[in-house]
Amino acid sequence: MKLDNLIDKLLAAAREDRPSDRVPYAFEKRIMARIAEQPTADIWSVWGRALWQAVAPSAAVAVVVAAWLSLSPAQTDRFSQDPELEQIAAMAVDLPAK
Amino acid sequence: MDEQSDHELIRAVLQGDASCFEVLIVRHQPRVFATARRYARRENEVEDIVQEVFIKAFRRLSGYRSEAPFDHWLMRITVHTCYDFLRNHERNREYNISDISDAEEDWLERVGDDDKARTEVDRSATRQLLDRLLAGLDAKDAMIITLLDLEEKSVKEIAALTGWSESMIKVRAHRARLEMRKMLARIAPEKYL
Repeated sequence: MKLDNLIDKLLAAAREDRPSDRVPYAFEKRIMARIAEQPTADIWSVWGRALWQAVAPSAAVAVVVAAWLSLSPAQTDRFSQDPELEQIAAMAVDLPAK
Repeated sequence: MDEQSDHELIRAVLQGDASCFEVLIVRHQPRVFATARRYARRENEVEDIVQEVFIKAFRRLSGYRSEAPFDHWLMRITVHTCYDFLRNHERNREYNISDISDAEEDWLERVGDDDKARTEVDRSATRQLLDRLLAGLDAKDAMIITLLDLEEKSVKEIAALTGWSESMIKVRAHRARLEMRKMLARIAPEKYL
């Protein structure tokens, strides 16, 4: 017998043997219980919502940091305006090594 | 009592009445079970597939467009879930074409004898033999052969269900049949070549 014919017969026999559509008892209840215990939103919508919620706090932090930086004097200015601090620094630099 | 249509039930689910989804499950689960049983043999695997299909359907329900019947949309999810199952089990699937059972060998011996009534042993042998051949195929090819030759879907229908191109389906179906021929030839080359 030719192989193609054999495959045809095998497929025809399998086609006739239709799988059962039997459903286990109360299977729908099991699915509904699984649905109920899982979060309804998918991961992308949760991620998207989290991003949107993070927009306002992030903007507020950015504004506060920007304001603090613009209002406070620069670190180098304060150092150069403080003669005592400048002297201490100079002494530390000039200290002979033991 | 008037039975609510699928569309009415879907609308109710989307408006927050999740219990209506249970009616949809009861209505459509026999077909999903029958389809899943084409791809998985163990009953616990079949149940896992069906459960996943309905959970996915519930989550994606807001994306369902009511122009197409609900069962078409559900079958697309079913086919994709079955394909994922085949892909995930590709390496674990049993494939030992040379080690066929006596019942399978017997079926092959008597395959030309169409007059004989098919027994349960014959049906089981056919299933086992076909499982062996499909297990030897790539998941995509096994899926195409199942849809084309067992479910008797057209190439166009398969393309709509899977999202694969028609030309790719035709090429893969041809290639899968050649591969099945090779596997069968390995069983008893002196008899079938």
